[in-house]
Amino acid sequence: MSTPLSATFRAILMRDIRLAWSQGGTGTMALSFFMIAVTLFAFGVGPEPQVLARIAAGVIWVVALLACLLSLDRLYQADYEDGSLDDLALSPLGLTGVAAAKILAHWLATVVPLILIAPLLGMFMNLAPEGYGILLLSLLVGTPALSLIGSIGAALTVSVRRGGVLMALLVLPLYIPTLIFGVGAVDAAMGMVGSSANLALLGAVTLVALAIGPFASAAALRLALE
Amino acid sequence: MANFFHMGGYAVFVWSAYGISTVALVWLAVSSLRASRTTRKRVEALRARRRKEG
Amino acid sequence: MHRFANPAEFNRLADRILPWAIAVMAISLVAGLYLALIGSPPDYQQGESVRIMYIHVPAAWMAMFTYMVMAGASFVAIVWRHPLAELAGKAAAPIGATFTALALITGSLWGKPMWGTYWQWDGRMTSVLVLFFLYLGYMAIWHGFDDEEKAGRAAAILALVGVANIPIIKFSVDWWNTLHQPASVFRMGGPTIADSMLWPLFIMATAFQAYFVVVFLWRMKLEINQRKLSVMNRAEVYG
Repeated sequence: MSTPLSATFRAILMRDIRLAWSQGGTGTMALSFFMIAVTLFAFGVGPEPQVLARIAAGVIWVVALLACLLSLDRLYQADYEDGSLDDLALSPLGLTGVAAAKILAHWLATVVPLILIAPLLGMFMNLAPEGYGILLLSLLVGTPALSLIGSIGAALTVSVRRGGVLMALLVLPLYIPTLIFGVGAVDAAMGMVGSSANLALLGAVTLVALAIGPFASAAALRLALE
Repeated sequence: MANFFHMGGYAVFVWSAYGISTVALVWLAVSSLRASRTTRKRVEALRARRRKEG
Repeated sequence: MHRFANPAEFNRLADRILPWAIAVMAISLVAGLYLALIGSPPDYQQGESVRIMYIHVPAAWMAMFTYMVMAGASFVAIVWRHPLAELAGKAAAPIGATFTALALITGSLWGKPMWGTYWQWDGRMTSVLVLFFLYLGYMAIWHGFDDEEKAGRAAAILALVGVANIPIIKFSVDWWNTLHQPASVFRMGGPTIADSMLWPLFIMATAFQAYFVVVFLWRMKLEINQRKLSVMNRAEVYG
């Protein structure tokens, strides 16, 4: 059963995922950035295993967050510049649906690979064995909020020339709760305390972001298209 | 009086808190009022020039 | 409501309010400072350092209140396309940012003698810091656009999104149970601090509130005239 609505949604979704993994797409770049930036921390902090283990979860979360932010920079820009965003705005899906599709595509194509490679980076950072499961779980629960909130920033700055820094300034403060709860969950699990409270709060942040993200992005895009 | 300035040993903290707040709030108020006055004058000057030019 | 959409009308209203607001500010500031610094007793635990509270707490309240004003103005700006509402947000932002910075600075000056550290990453302090960043972002977005009207609406959307942060501030005390004192004035079962401290606190809060009204009205006039100037200049170029 495929209504035209979900067909449009799926079309945008598939196209964005394909674009992310085509030559020079953001998917590979974000992944490479993620790996390089985490290793930079090892060089910066030093190779002592205990120190690295202590900061592993935080470093991986922060760098995942930055990789997400950097890859969101051009979420709407290409479509805005070549005018296809105007066409999409007129589609039955509406801009809210378009934004939702593009956000989902970003998460699936760019963020999920980051999550999948996180255990490898955990190994580099000497993460304690009991940290891996909860690290993956917290990333899985928390990173959708990063895509959702970042989409608002990308939409707000879509018509701004060189809007990347401005976007980071707008979005990073809104990322803080996600980061706190995400790392909190891993730390709690490694301290043998229950991490369910942190995970629940992390999920709550994601739900709030889900309730706000697509609509605020659509409002910002409408503004840019005027 | 010396007691008052001494603040039970917390003088540095109490007086710098009050001092910084005073400076910041006065600066914000004065700069706002000044900017507000200069823009008003610029609007009036521009208007007067327009009127003269017809 | 729409009567005050007329800038001239608004200016008249502002001029009528300003003398009163200045008077309230002057009186409550003198009374509040006297009570805060001389008239109130030192705390039995915190000694004289408690006097920082009389600026710290009003500043923190005003930091949140100003964001509410900004968010309310942004809501009006988006829903009713009210021309003055966007400018109200722009006028309020620097005041809110100043209050937020003062809340953080005085808080850390109070924290050093009480907790032995200038900065503690607990829930409330962290979210006030985030609030400060939100103010910075809001002010930055106004400068990011060439078109003032677009900048205004983008800033309004950002302010509304940031509103999700306000409840986090209010409840973060319960989320992260750390060094910071739990809210002791507004809570169920009435305040727990002594009347002799509550009065100076409320009078100082009144002074801060009146200060906000005064500077806000000045900045509104500033923003209205600036908008007028840019319209007139544009008319000069294209007209």
